Amino acid sequence: MLDFLTNDLLQLSDSAVRFAIPLLLACLAGLYSERAGIFDIGLEGKMLVAAFAGGAFSAFAGMSVADGGWGMGGWAVWVGLGAAIFASIMLSMIHAFASITLRGNQLISGVAINFFAAGITVLVGQYWFKMGGQTPQLRGGQRFEPITLPFAEALRDVPVIGSIYYDLISGHNIIVYLGFLIVALTWWILFRTRFGLRMRAVGENPGAVDTAGISVVKLRYSALIITGILCGLAGAYLSLGTAAAGFGKDMTAGRGFIALAALIFAKWKPIPAMWATLLFGMLEAIGSKYQTLDLGIIVLPGQFMQALPYILTVVILAGFVGKAIPPKAGGEPYIKER
Amino acid sequence: MQLLKTLIATTALVGAATFASAQANPAVIFDLGGKFDKSFNEMSYTGAERFKEETGIEYREFELQSDAQREQALRRFAQAGNNPVVVAGFSNATAMATVAPDFPDTDFVIIDMVVDAPNVRSVIFAEHEGSYLVGVLAAMASESGTVSFVGGMDIPLIRKFQCGYTQGAKAANPDITVLATMTGTDGSAWNNPVKGGELTMSQIQNGSDVVFAAAGGTGRGVLQAAADAGIYAIGVDANQNYMQPGTMLTSMLKRVDVAVFNAFNDVNNDEFTAGIQVMGLAEDGVGWALDEFNEGLITDEMKAAVEEARAKIISGEIVVADYMADNSCPVE
Repeated sequence: MLDFLTNDLLQLSDSAVRFAIPLLLACLAGLYSERAGIFDIGLEGKMLVAAFAGGAFSAFAGMSVADGGWGMGGWAVWVGLGAAIFASIMLSMIHAFASITLRGNQLISGVAINFFAAGITVLVGQYWFKMGGQTPQLRGGQRFEPITLPFAEALRDVPVIGSIYYDLISGHNIIVYLGFLIVALTWWILFRTRFGLRMRAVGENPGAVDTAGISVVKLRYSALIITGILCGLAGAYLSLGTAAAGFGKDMTAGRGFIALAALIFAKWKPIPAMWATLLFGMLEAIGSKYQTLDLGIIVLPGQFMQALPYILTVVILAGFVGKAIPPKAGGEPYIKER
Repeated sequence: MQLLKTLIATTALVGAATFASAQANPAVIFDLGGKFDKSFNEMSYTGAERFKEETGIEYREFELQSDAQREQALRRFAQAGNNPVVVAGFSNATAMATVAPDFPDTDFVIIDMVVDAPNVRSVIFAEHEGSYLVGVLAAMASESGTVSFVGGMDIPLIRKFQCGYTQGAKAANPDITVLATMTGTDGSAWNNPVKGGELTMSQIQNGSDVVFAAAGGTGRGVLQAAADAGIYAIGVDANQNYMQPGTMLTSMLKRVDVAVFNAFNDVNNDEFTAGIQVMGLAEDGVGWALDEFNEGLITDEMKAAVEEARAKIISGEIVVADYMADNSCPVE
């Protein structure tokens, strides 16, 4: 039993963190957008485009000049990250333009972004690399390497705390730590700053915000820029921070939608969003580690384990978590004069 | 009248097209996972390209995007007068069985599955034999006494790889532990490198120091995770040794390219035969890869052991159990 706790549980948590990070970043991205009153089902598409831009630009930047690259060595991954964030912001701005300025239907704009992303990534990827939409395998400075935190090696042999520190907390790449930092930052912005207050207000009652002399349009655009940045990080994590080491067709695999479910589960709050995505990550980790789970009384088959995150999504959306009230003005374009 | 004229003209055109393509007008269909999966589908592509290079005859191709397109793609190519129509992938059997009888004059080839029809050639590989060989190598290279296997979709064919691998590993070292994990239960399991990497990390934490990936595009993540952790990995289908030089122990070769090339060529030379074609060790349909990327990792002792196993399998002295024969594996 003790062995299970120290060993298996640690491994599971470690794996859960890695599974959860892209969900967490996408979930927080959705949080900014929906809190400002813009539904965003295009998270998936933004992540996908970011993953592609990250993989492609990191590949170009890391290739030697002789091979037609830019020969930037260890800086390549940062070029990739920058490109990922930029690409994601661009898509986010298209969504903003369609749903804020043109007052279009936000769901339709989101769906369009998802389809656009699925197609454009493979098309451009094939044109650039001729590898069926994949990017070349990234190596060394083209990827985010795991970071060993200070004293991790020294504390490794300390019982319990040492192994938790070494196995679970240390040894992830920078985006993982950034992700958790952003949770705290988001809480602070949302509940402790003027911008956060106004952003929440604009999602509840844009009319009131407007009456107070604050620009609804400007606030919503700023929120969607943040959404773009966070989706960019989530996508960059997939192509630059995992063992995929590059972009592959449709590599987001529905994570954007799971993130939306987690957002509802978390009732549009940052700290619960972290727990919700960690829960999804844990389920995925359990499904991967134990193909069949022997509970003593019954044996759960592998198919059930793999379906768990989706079953949970349905259960959550069916209202199991109590009343989840979305921001009141969500999905409604704001028209100044009626 | 005008309509009739058009009709006649069209019929004549189609007839001409069919006539012109009497020799070979080949088409190949790639399965889910994509043409450039560096593995199974890419091997089909390599075979088709080789044919084009040697004969100068162009071929047509189609990349399946979803299960719904299987029958449609086959039918389209057959209707367009393509001959032969080659499709790689076990999932196409039902579609093949439906379409083939409708086009008795077209030669069809299906790889990895048996379809019983007078105009269909079914090419199956003895993956269990090739996997046995890399299992022997894995067990000899392992220092921890634990090796592992990452499969793509959980289907009997992939269990066949796993079972052969386990038998080989146990033959070389009876005390070895073989861990095995499947990526998923649907088509996306062939193209999920993120999860492949995660599964590999989990196996490494449980002590594995050699991992065999039989998972199509998912394998990319497996090989990368193994390289990151500094353990050995074994590639599949194509020679993947170049992908992570230094940590690639070997690759289990499955010569899909030869099957595709032969199919194209046989029709071109009017030598096409229908029926089941088994490609095993004796036919060089499966094997293990040794090249400049892994020669430093394979000791003379390993080489001798694996060549001995190979000879014994061919002579029938060693019989490797085939999982698909009765859907069970004699070893765990």
